[in-house]
Amino acid sequence: MTDLNGKDGFDRRKFLTGAAVAGVTPALTQTTPAQAQAAAPRHTPSALPPTTKTIAAETQPPGEETSRIGGKPGSDYMIDVIKTLDIKYAPSNCASSFRALHESMINYGENKSPEYISCMHEESGVGIAHGYFKASGKPLLTMVHGTVGLQHATMAIYNAYCDRVPLIVIGGNDLDAASRPPGVPTFHAAQDINAIVRDYTKWDDTPVTLQHFGQSMVRAYKIAMTPPYGPVAISLDAGLQQEPIHEHGAKLYIPRYVPTSPPQGDSNAVREAAKLLVAAENPVIVADRCARTPNGVKLLIELAELLQCSVVDQGNRMNFPNTHYLYRPAGVVSGADVVMGLELSDFWGTVNSFTDNGENGGVGFNSPRVKPTTKMISITSVDLLTKSNYQDFQRFQTVDVHMAADAETTLPSLIDAVKSAITKERASVIAERVEKAKKAYADIRARDMQAAVVGWDSSPISTARLCMEIYGQIKDLDWSLVSSAGDVSNWPARLWPIEKHHQWLGKSGGYGVGYGAPASVGAALANKELGRFSVSIQSDGDLMFAPGVLWTAAKHKIPLLSVMHNNRAWHQEVMHVQRLSNFRNRKANYGDDMGPIGTMIQNPDIEYHKLAESMGWWAKGPIKDPAQLGPAIKEAVAVVKSGQPALLNVWTQPR
Amino acid sequence: MRNMKMITAVAATLLLSGGAAYAASAEKGKVAFGKNGCWQCHGWEGQGGNAGPKLARTQLPLEAVMTFVRATNGPMPPFSKKVLSDEDLTDIYAFISAQPAPPDPKTIPLLAR
Repeated sequence: MTDLNGKDGFDRRKFLTGAAVAGVTPALTQTTPAQAQAAAPRHTPSALPPTTKTIAAETQPPGEETSRIGGKPGSDYMIDVIKTLDIKYAPSNCASSFRALHESMINYGENKSPEYISCMHEESGVGIAHGYFKASGKPLLTMVHGTVGLQHATMAIYNAYCDRVPLIVIGGNDLDAASRPPGVPTFHAAQDINAIVRDYTKWDDTPVTLQHFGQSMVRAYKIAMTPPYGPVAISLDAGLQQEPIHEHGAKLYIPRYVPTSPPQGDSNAVREAAKLLVAAENPVIVADRCARTPNGVKLLIELAELLQCSVVDQGNRMNFPNTHYLYRPAGVVSGADVVMGLELSDFWGTVNSFTDNGENGGVGFNSPRVKPTTKMISITSVDLLTKSNYQDFQRFQTVDVHMAADAETTLPSLIDAVKSAITKERASVIAERVEKAKKAYADIRARDMQAAVVGWDSSPISTARLCMEIYGQIKDLDWSLVSSAGDVSNWPARLWPIEKHHQWLGKSGGYGVGYGAPASVGAALANKELGRFSVSIQSDGDLMFAPGVLWTAAKHKIPLLSVMHNNRAWHQEVMHVQRLSNFRNRKANYGDDMGPIGTMIQNPDIEYHKLAESMGWWAKGPIKDPAQLGPAIKEAVAVVKSGQPALLNVWTQPR
Repeated sequence: MRNMKMITAVAATLLLSGGAAYAASAEKGKVAFGKNGCWQCHGWEGQGGNAGPKLARTQLPLEAVMTFVRATNGPMPPFSKKVLSDEDLTDIYAFISAQPAPPDPKTIPLLAR
């Protein structure tokens, strides 16, 4: 097409302006139906005479090959912007609304930083980005089709939001209703695609010019990466991607990314917290997403040892080594006179219990876990990011010292304040806690061991046996438990020595089932670069939401050992229906299964090993005999070490 | 359960409302343990886990277990007689009582840290 300036190419905006004027003119002149009929094209012969352009193409020597759109595409500039942010991968499911960006990424950008990772489902793309960040500390971007693709992605974005994980979602959208292709592209466009994720993203934008995109992309990255971390979304007009860069006007530039310093606790509040902690006879620290980085673990150890206080790691990150004698289970708060929560998603639930027993008109029973006199301190950056509709902040808990600040960033000043507040007398009291703490730790460890051996030789295989057979084969490697989807009674945290930040990556955040499989693949992708061995404990229900991510792992040669916790049910839900049946004095209807209808994954049993094999994995199963498990894992470990993914389908006890 | 046939000895006796004694069966108890959903939280051997405590080799008397099962207001829902008969519950008690002793953790190399 030749534009008004005589250049080959298609300037969409100028074309649209022209189209709009042309469209308005008949209305202004009150064209009658008869005139419109007269203006309609006459009957067109089946063979048209060649155009000047066709004649030239057929009779003259070929000219220089040019881009049909003319000039450098806008999406090339977008890739230039993205490259400055050092985003390694773009796990995505392909779609027409971002075809221009896709094309620029793999051709102009040479498919490097970011490299396109082929996904079968948008939820998988987001889940991969989620897991990748937790293993590497670096965010990824994912491209989705504006409406239907984003709809697929939403649960995974919600998980990332609740888990305080940064990622950038770019949704393609054909905004211009007058020029976008009719049919599917129009069905798949909307005025404001980001509306469906606005409640659980930190920020979103819809750039209308290329320079606007440059600013938005860097701003998006900056917002996502400022604690509290979180997902961000950019709606990207298909026209803006496809148009050439205009040569007139101001030259495009790329804003420089400079990280924002995380918010630190107010110095007065930090001193007040330190005073309470030092004066306490039994202070307890509870950490959830405190250690954003490995340095957070070191800081927390330093603080705990200064106070010789118990530390509860709620496990959404690896905050504190479970081999440390100050590591404690959640129940330790009952004896505390001061509880300090660090980046807790649920302070109320930390110091209160809820029993779903049908009392109080069916809403259940609440009771405090702590003494009425217990003082409470909270440091959390989540207080700086609150949404009205989707409320993941849990029940309201009054605390005595409350800092809206990033816990890891605040720890150095809190450590200094604690050091200043410790008198000689208090130092002596604190020192006396050591031996008692070591004994308590040993007792807990012995109880865990006793619990682990009950049902050790059972079939289906006990979850304790499952976990320890895995550990037995990976203990000499630099392992990373990338996901533990489904409930295995917390055995890894109880029995595996977890000392490094990457050895435990936490859970989904929003409890959206279907996180485990893609997050494992994403974390394994990061660990591949970092030379770590990735292992996941993969539950059956989680895998079946979007099992296509297995293909992605095979396609991109992502080494991952996936050992299935196949208890053949959605066990979280089994008991809900059982409980309600009993409350209502009805015998639960199991149909032909072993649990309430609608909660079991059996009859037929799914052959996950065959599913994985069909998508390029090495796989084995079903393994029901515990004696066969160790040798099978050994075999699978060798496969993973050779660079391939491997899956073992293991029939397990419920939890 | 491997050793179940060897340990079907009566572990409990229930005095039924008519005055007749009901001799409990661990084998029947194993079936009832599955059909009434006990395994869902306590595991197939009553080994316990995050969702429910260990039941295997319980030291509680049958009467205490029955009272708890019928009237609990804890996380476990109550099982009325309509939902779980006295006979089934007595068999279940026999089953969990008859579980073999677990091995000593020190004899399991995988548990050595």
